[in-house]
Amino acid sequence: MSGILIAEQILNGLQSGVMLFLMAAGLTLIFGVMGLINLAHGSLYMVGAFAAAWVAGATGSFGLALIAALAGAALAGVLIEVLVIRRLYRAAHLDQVLATFALILIFSEGTRYVFGSFPLFLDVPGALSGPVTLPGGIQYPLYRLTLIGVGLLVALFLWWLTARTRIGIQIRAGENDREMIAALGVDISKLYTLVFALGAALAGLAGAFVGAIQSVQVGMGEPVLILAFVVIVIGGIGSIKGAFVGALLVGLTDTLGGIFLPQVFKLFMAPDVATQTGSALASMAIYIVMSLVLIWRPSGLFGARA
Amino acid sequence: MIPERLITVAVLAGLAGVALWALAMDTPFTITLATRAAIFALAAVGLNIALGIGGLVSLGHAVFFGLGGYAMGILAYHAQTYTTLDLGPLSIAGSKSMPLIWLVAVVASALAALLIGLLSLRTSGVYFIMITLAFGQMFYYFAISWSTYGGEDGLSIYVRNGFPGLNTLDPIQFFGLCFVLLCLALLVFARLRAAPFGLALNAARQVPARVETVGLSPLRLKLVAFVISGAITGLAGALFADLNRFVSPTMFSWQLSGELIVLIVIGGVGRLTGPVIGACLFVLLEHWLGAMTEFWHVWLGVILLGIVLFARGGIVGLLTGKAGPHV
Repeated sequence: MSGILIAEQILNGLQSGVMLFLMAAGLTLIFGVMGLINLAHGSLYMVGAFAAAWVAGATGSFGLALIAALAGAALAGVLIEVLVIRRLYRAAHLDQVLATFALILIFSEGTRYVFGSFPLFLDVPGALSGPVTLPGGIQYPLYRLTLIGVGLLVALFLWWLTARTRIGIQIRAGENDREMIAALGVDISKLYTLVFALGAALAGLAGAFVGAIQSVQVGMGEPVLILAFVVIVIGGIGSIKGAFVGALLVGLTDTLGGIFLPQVFKLFMAPDVATQTGSALASMAIYIVMSLVLIWRPSGLFGARA
Repeated sequence: MIPERLITVAVLAGLAGVALWALAMDTPFTITLATRAAIFALAAVGLNIALGIGGLVSLGHAVFFGLGGYAMGILAYHAQTYTTLDLGPLSIAGSKSMPLIWLVAVVASALAALLIGLLSLRTSGVYFIMITLAFGQMFYYFAISWSTYGGEDGLSIYVRNGFPGLNTLDPIQFFGLCFVLLCLALLVFARLRAAPFGLALNAARQVPARVETVGLSPLRLKLVAFVISGAITGLAGALFADLNRFVSPTMFSWQLSGELIVLIVIGGVGRLTGPVIGACLFVLLEHWLGAMTEFWHVWLGVILLGIVLFARGGIVGLLTGKAGPHV
């Protein structure tokens, strides 16, 4: 096993990690501020991807596609927040699960109705296609490297937004005591809509970015949604820092496990049995990590003590 | 308002009546639909113990449904290929006998429920929902990557398994078997709900601190409920696999876990016949709306939203005029 291969796989793990972070950050913000478990977050990811693929198909511009993804997902987010989600903030978790499950059904089948069952394709922009050579002679796709960079920038932006701006102060205050900040004259329902739209836009952005690597199709959001749940369970619900650490951990475990576990098992097993056992175990690796974290810290790495 | 006991009798008589009427009219497909409803109802009765009495919103109950299905699939696969199942030093012969398959399904699901429960009950609320969902996904991907038993394509079983003294290939006899099991599960649910255990569990859902003060462990109560719940859903999985003579990883899918919760909520959470009414309606919707439009899930979503936002307590709640337990 060469060093170059290992470095490549680590970069792949980072890339899927930062994309997971975009999903998990929105989920964890929405839960932290509004106390809402949003199963339809994966649908917003899908909306972003479809909006991008559609605009890219019509105009040929990846930049416009990204703007469409952000705007489309944020708009869908505002729409469902005002129509449905707003009624659920005080409801029991079971109601939140059901209502957002219903939203998934509506979004998925609605999208299938409009765009059909066949996947759409979103091309990597010309300027970013092709590999670059990194120090150490590693050839790596420029687009994936860009995604890592963008993901880190978004993380930095979110840190700045929550830690350094007035909106951020209101968001953090809203997590702690919603009545108090409402009494201080902050329009809490506008703040909630804003936070929901922000989370939705991040999910849509991730959908558009990943859509250019994989295909854009109905149902693409839910596997990512469940991975994002694993991320925020590991990181601690409500913590953006936790979401970041958790996302990188899950991205790296998933990518490296799939490549290296079969190799490790080949050291002491027959090759076909090793591949089988290794890949079966690799598919479970992130859940095993999650279980270990839970045994160690039931409320996640950075979660408030429940 | 209608008493709950009357609803129970009416619903069960209705389900059995539909199957018998279909027998008289010679429309075996309707019997199959009724069987499907009975099996989904059985799975949801299992979940209703955890969700309705214990307040545990498990979004991973498809794990047990799938394990039951694969218990049937694996045993029957070895029986039909005349091979043995080798587990280290142990070598087990396959089986085509339903009682044995059910036993394996129930034990396997109970063990999985014990393990998942021990881990996920350390947390509560949203964490619990997300963790059960994640474990469900773990089993799903495991089943996909495990190519010995068909991987993503699943396993086909050519002949339905047998039950001593019955011809299970006859739709009405197989329906009878599922229906009797459903009634037994309903009996277990009713007895459990009224027993000291059920009362304590109910209390543990509402005020865990007080339950602890009187010397009971809420964690242990919930764990026992989760295990019983998983075992019943596992049994339903084995029956479902036998109905289709096919198992695949979709039996583990999270959509199925969601649909099981939906069944219960449509019928009424924590109600005896809530899951049965929900399952019958679900199968009817699937059949009728599915025949009208390919996109029937949109309408299922709209109906569900309506129930959550406007009709708390489900159908049993509407009929009896009493609010259900708050979960």
